[in-house]
Amino acid sequence: MTTLRLRCLLAPTEPIAAPAVGFDVGLSFWGGFDVSNGCIIDRSHPGHGQCLTGKILCLPSGRGSSSSSSVLAEAIRLGSAPAGIVLAHDDPLIVTGALVAQMLYQKLCPILTLVEPLGSIAALTSARAAVLPVPGHADEAVLELDD
Amino acid sequence: MKSDALILTDAEQSMMAGEQGAAMAMAMTLLTSYARIVGARRLLEVEQAHIDGCLYHGQASLDFVDRLVSHGGRVAVPTTLNVGSVDLVHPGLVRVQRRDDPRRLLMERHEQLGCRPSFSCAPYQHAMRPGFGQQIAWGESNAVVFANSVIGARTNRYGDFIDLCCAIAGRAPAYGLHLDEHRRGQHLFRLDADCLTLDGDKLYVGIGALIGARAGMAIPVIEGLPPGSEDQLKALGAVAASTGSVGLFHVLGQTPEAPDLRTACGGQEPALVTRLSARDVQQALQHLSTVDEQHPIQALSLGTPHYSLAQLRELARLSAGWAAAPGVQVYCNTSREIWAQAMNESTGPVIRDSGIQPVLDTCVYVTSILDHRVKTLMTDSGKLAHYAPGNLGVRVAFGSLQDCMASAQAGRVVRVTP
Repeated sequence: MTTLRLRCLLAPTEPIAAPAVGFDVGLSFWGGFDVSNGCIIDRSHPGHGQCLTGKILCLPSGRGSSSSSSVLAEAIRLGSAPAGIVLAHDDPLIVTGALVAQMLYQKLCPILTLVEPLGSIAALTSARAAVLPVPGHADEAVLELDD
Repeated sequence: MKSDALILTDAEQSMMAGEQGAAMAMAMTLLTSYARIVGARRLLEVEQAHIDGCLYHGQASLDFVDRLVSHGGRVAVPTTLNVGSVDLVHPGLVRVQRRDDPRRLLMERHEQLGCRPSFSCAPYQHAMRPGFGQQIAWGESNAVVFANSVIGARTNRYGDFIDLCCAIAGRAPAYGLHLDEHRRGQHLFRLDADCLTLDGDKLYVGIGALIGARAGMAIPVIEGLPPGSEDQLKALGAVAASTGSVGLFHVLGQTPEAPDLRTACGGQEPALVTRLSARDVQQALQHLSTVDEQHPIQALSLGTPHYSLAQLRELARLSAGWAAAPGVQVYCNTSREIWAQAMNESTGPVIRDSGIQPVLDTCVYVTSILDHRVKTLMTDSGKLAHYAPGNLGVRVAFGSLQDCMASAQAGRVVRVTP
């Protein structure tokens, strides 16, 4: 099992157990993600065609349009969003989308960043993974991956 | 840790605590979260805002604004609105439209927050144009790059939700292009003399496309660009913010923070120098077209960003005695304010009588105006040319306005300027 330390931009309130899917290329939710089915629709993205609903999505960062906040909020509302998003770099647009969805719909999609830099985000792909809060440390969490 | 670094004034703490209403508290919660992530140490006061949230991206777009309205939200500073998804002046133009169409409601709800119904991507052409050095909070990439570069006002590119939070709070996070130290030119683009043989409008668009693609996160400085109009600088910035993410560029001798190279680079040497030849520019322009000369076109769209009055006057001049070929639809995107000015003189009637459809409040490129028979679209906009194949699913030809008018008349791509 691999364990990585995370910092919370939007903290999970309970453990998330789900498959993890990682990419080395950022994803623009606007134009790159279909809220109706949760799939990546950007043809230039290595994850084109994959469904992200309910998964732990790992990315270097968001990418592109500032309308990505709206699209992520809409996906969270519809239930097609990932269960949580782990980023290598802070991305205010992704956090804004998730925060708005939490405010409007009380639906939480935690957003986290890796504490230590990692060579490949695509390596963070596993059929069994979990994001776990760290008791007593509200802005810390860990990502566990089955090897 | 970054999250400890943001310091709020007493007034801002009171806004955050809900002492000025629930809408203000909601805006401040989002704004301070954003400020911490971008590493801002404080918020700064802004004098105006421009909101890019009128485009409908789903129910969440409308629910967010509805929540602010129901909490009694009002913008704290003069605030203009970007294009919406619907032409409210010509309600039949955008297909599928009902009174309770959420795209339309979204535009109207923003007005209830006190935003002005400008519905334009070119707020710098309006009465509320900001001044040099003013701190503002704007959305829409072409407006941001114009405000920073051509006017010397100061804004980062604020996206959906956050732009409206800035307007309600009258604050923006103090980071990035708001601050002197992040406005210095870093990457010098030096034009070869042979660039001067190109048509001026095309040169500006080609240079914009090149610096967008090549500058990355660095702030570009352009040397050797012949003096151009504000509309040419507008076209340059719009395409640079499309092929890349340029939020500020300097043109030596033309833009207000670049009287000379040393000043433009904040007293330092540029970290990178790139030479650009006429051949580079021509190649960049070719990339903006997905069809060759003589290819049939079914539509022409002008005015991305929205045409200014000067551009409408030039269009009126060229449309005298001109008519599009049968089967070619011609659209001109502008704002209701600029169009009203054009209708106060002969410009508007001449354009309309030549069969050109004015599109107000929105833009051909963001909504369903083109009908399904349009397979190839021509445009004088580098920005539209860059986005049209992906956004609209059409083939595209870029050309100067003269090229565009000759092509629409011929029904196929014709080039008349070098």
